[in-house]
Amino acid sequence: MYKLLLCWRYLRTRYIALVCIISVTLGVATMIVVNSVMAGFTHEMQDRLNGMLGDLIFRSRSLDGVLDADAHMAKIREVAGDAVAGMSPTVHVPALMYLTVGGELMPRQITLVGIDEKTYASVSSFGKYLQHPENRRQLDFSLRDGGYDVVDHQADAAAAKPRSVMKNAGWPWRRYKAMLNRERAEQERLSQRSVAADAQPPVEQTVHTQNPFQSIAAAGSEREPEGREFDPASEQHPGIVLGIGICGFRMPDGTDQFLGLPGDDVKISYPLSVLPVKIASHDYTVVDFYESKMSEYDSNFAFVPLKVLQQNRGLIDPETGVGKFTSIQIKLKPGASAEAVRDRLQNAFPAQFYQVNTWRDEQGPLLAAVHMETMVLNVLLFMIIAVAGFGILAIFYMIVVEKTRDIGILKSLGASGGGVMGIFLGYGLSLGMVGAGAGAGLGLLFVAKINEIADLLARATGQPVFDPSVYYFYRIPTIVEPFTVAWIAAGAVAIAVLASVLPARRAARLHPVRALRYE
Amino acid sequence: MSNLPLDASATVTAPVCLRPRRASDLPGDDADAGETAAAAVAPRKLAERYSSATAPGAVPTRTYAVHLACRNLFKSYRKGAIGIPVLQGIDLDVHKGEFLAIVGQSGCGKSTLLHLLGTLDQPDAGAVSFEGHRIDDLPATARDLLRNRHFGMIFQFYHLLPELSTLENVLAPALIAEGALGYWLRRSQHRRRALDLLNLVGLSHRAKHKPRELSGGEMQRAAIARALLSRPKVLLADEPTGNLDRSTGEQIMHILGELNRRDGLTIVMVTHDPWIAGQADRTVHLVEGRIQRT
Repeated sequence: MYKLLLCWRYLRTRYIALVCIISVTLGVATMIVVNSVMAGFTHEMQDRLNGMLGDLIFRSRSLDGVLDADAHMAKIREVAGDAVAGMSPTVHVPALMYLTVGGELMPRQITLVGIDEKTYASVSSFGKYLQHPENRRQLDFSLRDGGYDVVDHQADAAAAKPRSVMKNAGWPWRRYKAMLNRERAEQERLSQRSVAADAQPPVEQTVHTQNPFQSIAAAGSEREPEGREFDPASEQHPGIVLGIGICGFRMPDGTDQFLGLPGDDVKISYPLSVLPVKIASHDYTVVDFYESKMSEYDSNFAFVPLKVLQQNRGLIDPETGVGKFTSIQIKLKPGASAEAVRDRLQNAFPAQFYQVNTWRDEQGPLLAAVHMETMVLNVLLFMIIAVAGFGILAIFYMIVVEKTRDIGILKSLGASGGGVMGIFLGYGLSLGMVGAGAGAGLGLLFVAKINEIADLLARATGQPVFDPSVYYFYRIPTIVEPFTVAWIAAGAVAIAVLASVLPARRAARLHPVRALRYE
Repeated sequence: MSNLPLDASATVTAPVCLRPRRASDLPGDDADAGETAAAAVAPRKLAERYSSATAPGAVPTRTYAVHLACRNLFKSYRKGAIGIPVLQGIDLDVHKGEFLAIVGQSGCGKSTLLHLLGTLDQPDAGAVSFEGHRIDDLPATARDLLRNRHFGMIFQFYHLLPELSTLENVLAPALIAEGALGYWLRRSQHRRRALDLLNLVGLSHRAKHKPRELSGGEMQRAAIARALLSRPKVLLADEPTGNLDRSTGEQIMHILGELNRRDGLTIVMVTHDPWIAGQADRTVHLVEGRIQRT
């Protein structure tokens, strides 16, 4: 009983020991904050990676792909059995996209993905990153009549900056652009007529040769049925869904700027599946943006209907009408082991032609880097707490020296060495618990208010702490894992107790007579 | 010499019953059974320990009249390579109910002798026995128990714990003896006894004060109350008045005398002051580590 009483009294009277526990508190708080933010990021990232990639990617090693997705899918289902929840064939091809910005054509490098819009939703959460509510329900690659999200539906409404231009997107924007183009063409025709009136015949020809994309424009329009004029105000090209990063960028203050909107036309060039290689260009109409908030995807991928891409690239066998695919995304049933299915599939298909990866394999280096970062941070921060442990050791030693006489008194009253040791171990334990408890409280509070704190720091320093143009999240994602918090707190308490072992042992071994006579 | 009121049954009406010991009490018998549960268990356990630890024939004092004894006690302190002899063959018997004063100059070893008697230290050679059982070679836990239950100690510098209030200081032996649960269950009993003891030494109004708020005499009175809490059989006093003025010292001596005369408490007191020693029943002189009988 005296141990508890004296522990309590020492805790309440020795403020110097509380000072030394502050370092433990700060260490614990920092560790909790770092782990929560890292867990938040990792979770957000994995969620999006898995969402975009599906669970397994069955990929042809050839850029031109292989014939007959249906036969492959049947074989996959046969091999993987019940584990498969859904499959969708895709065609991936590197491509060049020409975006018209302010009357200038702006080429950008993209990866064009042909998707089967009927089955793609079953393997990927691609759909939920789209900007039109109807498209999120079911994408059909047709331009919508307005109603695109003005406020990012994935962010909380208060934090996201509204994208006001998006309210014009869709058919109204397309009609408006068509009207502008018509007027511009009209004016051009009028000016050319006046130039012609000045008797300068070759001008028209010069204008055409000055435009390096003239041939591309010609190629794009060659598919149009003969004798019928394409009316951009009422018709659309095949639909394309662009990553929001391809068609826009985010300012450091979190507002988004767009280079184009749903309703605009883009021209895409890619290699045809022929030898010698030919480049083909086709027009597509932007029907939506997707925003997975993984900038790697958002600034690289563009999605078009699978059939259209197969046709445009010459991937359809003219005799049988069967198309080629480059990969099949596979969604597994919950609980199925992606690694086991991957190995089974890899064994069933010749490895020189096919590659099977889990989504973790695909993003292995990224995931490993994040994991490594978390580990290193934890080790470093735990070192800080360990350093704090030495502070506790030193101060405890001084307290034991200061309390030498009291230890002698206790022993003269019959307290055992173990009991005296218990006082100081208990003291270390209670200090550790106070420090770890306060640290956990502080850390959790910090995590709960992390965005407010980031805003405050940004205002104070004039530098954004969490730059939305870099991370694509408006808010810092955090996940508090109770298990991690418990581990950190327990580790800190253990360090405090370990640091008090040496002083406590000294106290326990003090000779009662010498202790009583200690001046 | 031992004309002391051994039968203290007449004093039971006193505010605190300071362990009246009957002459018929034999060491290790169950005379304690009627007392508090905490006190009753301890002697039996101790007796068991004694029997295993006692070397046969080590101390020829099995008569219960001799309460605390030492035989041929040697003790020296080491200062580097040089041994400084402090006690050089001490033979001493303390009888039950006796008030014994050990007098000697500073450095003659009287405090060391007291520490050896109270098992705070261990002799280089010789033996200390209590109620006929050798105690100096007991294991540490048994000696801790002995100090906690059977010996009360008071010191020249009072040695109260500064973090605890006067009442808590008096309660310290019970706090040490009991676990948290045991103390909690018997807390009112312990508190009542501690308050009674504070009342006995005239400090009940100071129960809540911290030691630093007390005067020297009050601190020593609190220390006496603490020493008496577990109803000890022997009170060991190391210069109890050494730090006090004469009149305060007299108060302390009055309390000690009362405890001895009325309650039959055995007291061994160390002092250098002949006047203080004169209050005791018997005085032994310690000169250069040896006893000089008067």
